Amino acid sequence: MRYCPGCGHGIVHRLVAEVIDEMGLREKTVAVVPVGCAVFLDEYFDCDAIQAAHGRAPAVATGLKRSCPGTTIFTYQGDGDLAAIGTAETVHAAARGENFTIIFINNAIYGMTGGQQAPTTMPGQKTTTNPYGRDPKVAGYPIRVCEMLATLDGPTYIERVSVHNVTNVLKAKRAIKKAFKIQNDGLGFSLVEVVSPCPTGWNLTPLKACEYMEKTMIPYYPLGVYKDTTQPKTDISDSTKVLDKESVGK
Amino acid sequence: MSTEKYKIGEKILMKGNEALAEGAVRAGCRFFSGYPITPQNEIPEYLAWRLFEVGGSFIQAESEVSAINMLYGSAACGTRAMTSSSSCGISLKQEGISYSAAAELPIFYVNVIRGGPGLGNISPSQCDYWQATRGGGHGDYRVIVLAPNCVNEMGNFPKLAYELAEKYRNPAMILADGVLGQMMEPMKYDFEWVDLKQLPPKDYVLTGCANRDRRVINTLHLDVNVLERLNWHLYKKYKEIEANEVRFEERYTEDAEIIIVAFGTSARVAVDAIMKGRQEGLKIGLIRPITLWPFPKEIVTKYAKKTGKLLVVEMNTGQMVEDVLMFSNGQAELYFYGSPGGAVPTGVDVLAAVKTALKKKAKIGEVCCLNDI
Repeated sequence: MRYCPGCGHGIVHRLVAEVIDEMGLREKTVAVVPVGCAVFLDEYFDCDAIQAAHGRAPAVATGLKRSCPGTTIFTYQGDGDLAAIGTAETVHAAARGENFTIIFINNAIYGMTGGQQAPTTMPGQKTTTNPYGRDPKVAGYPIRVCEMLATLDGPTYIERVSVHNVTNVLKAKRAIKKAFKIQNDGLGFSLVEVVSPCPTGWNLTPLKACEYMEKTMIPYYPLGVYKDTTQPKTDISDSTKVLDKESVGK
Repeated sequence: MSTEKYKIGEKILMKGNEALAEGAVRAGCRFFSGYPITPQNEIPEYLAWRLFEVGGSFIQAESEVSAINMLYGSAACGTRAMTSSSSCGISLKQEGISYSAAAELPIFYVNVIRGGPGLGNISPSQCDYWQATRGGGHGDYRVIVLAPNCVNEMGNFPKLAYELAEKYRNPAMILADGVLGQMMEPMKYDFEWVDLKQLPPKDYVLTGCANRDRRVINTLHLDVNVLERLNWHLYKKYKEIEANEVRFEERYTEDAEIIIVAFGTSARVAVDAIMKGRQEGLKIGLIRPITLWPFPKEIVTKYAKKTGKLLVVEMNTGQMVEDVLMFSNGQAELYFYGSPGGAVPTGVDVLAAVKTALKKKAKIGEVCCLNDI
């Protein structure tokens, strides 16, 4: 695999591939390949794949799934792809409740292009385009994708997980499996955000990168289920409850 | 489920945009994604209910960029998909058009041109000739460009566009303008309802790899040799299209002393000028390119030599005239009459330009603009 030592992509690739195999979906799956470090994803997945322009994976997935509803479609996108150049495609696919799955890798950096600021780069975090650290007054604040999308009525399932230790890797797999199951059952839009290490882009050792995730990133990007319309309403976060269709007007 | 709406040859009074939309469905379109922009809104408005009737998909996308990328996905699983827009919207779609050309996906799109550059206006124009015939986006590619000049061709060209797109696995487009989109004329569909089940199977579609090897549609080729091979492959394909798919109309050319070269609405106006001129004894002919790319270069070369005087009429400041200049091979005086603001020229205007051109002796190898500017 063309990933750096300590990178989270390899783990998440394996989790997604395991889920596809365990659910027997390989022969009906089309992967939508992003621009970014995961642009070679089609070399690691033994299923049909289409490479999308930067940020456009949810639009390509929409075209595929609407034209061929019997397929299982997933996009695999980084933070720049999904939350910067592809914000509109992401938000509107979610709002339409498109019946496919997004695996969203949040590693707070543009890895492929050499470590520039991502929409999820932490305040104070140094990148090649924030040489003095991200100053929110100049470079704005990070975007919390799960929280943002959970305000919409369209999505069915939104969860944020992490892969910085074994417990969380196992939780991540459960979330990914649930997302694919929701799609398979025709229940609508599912997105799993995976907080993931980029030791090379962060200029840290793999071990320090995991510590950075635990101490700095996860407090800013809390893990958990942000929306799940397949569960009783009590499980859903407050912000979602307020905007839930049935709650409005009561 | 409702399917065929009109019988073949049945005469219907239709608006250009609606004739095109119905023609696309008749030709097998089952997916549309687009974003509102004048003067093409009747196309998505028509397809919003018509595709529903025939079991297709209609999506009003969040942007033109998203719409064209939905098309990329839809065409990748073999669907006859389309989008439509106008000028500034087509600029936004160039990303997905370039990707489709690289991935060799047979997408079909329509540009009902409005005035430009910038936001321009919503009046008819032909200002996107260059954008259409040079590919439009980044990279070394071409798209097949069909230019209708009446409602009847608006309705019948979608089938040709799909056939050419699929034959060559290349994007194909219809380049119309606000007049053609908005006007009403008698329409007769000249082809039967396309039975999608009868179309030959496509060996590239992504529907899951059951009972076959997996397939990948990819436009990233980091190996310079691979990318070079792709570009030469596309080049050969384009040469084949140039050799086989040129379409044009010629009228009154045999005895002509001057020939007007015009496409789309300008060609309609040119015919009016020709009829008026011939009543006065002026021998005027017409060459109307129907495929703007591939450009009908041989007929232009032939009449440049034979007639020695060409007048290009366009609703812009002179775009196709550069192709005519190139293919007239330095053998004809070349005049240009343009209307780049959104006003459609009249037959009287064009006839006046013809008369001026007949009196002049333009320098060979240059374009002599006849507009009083």
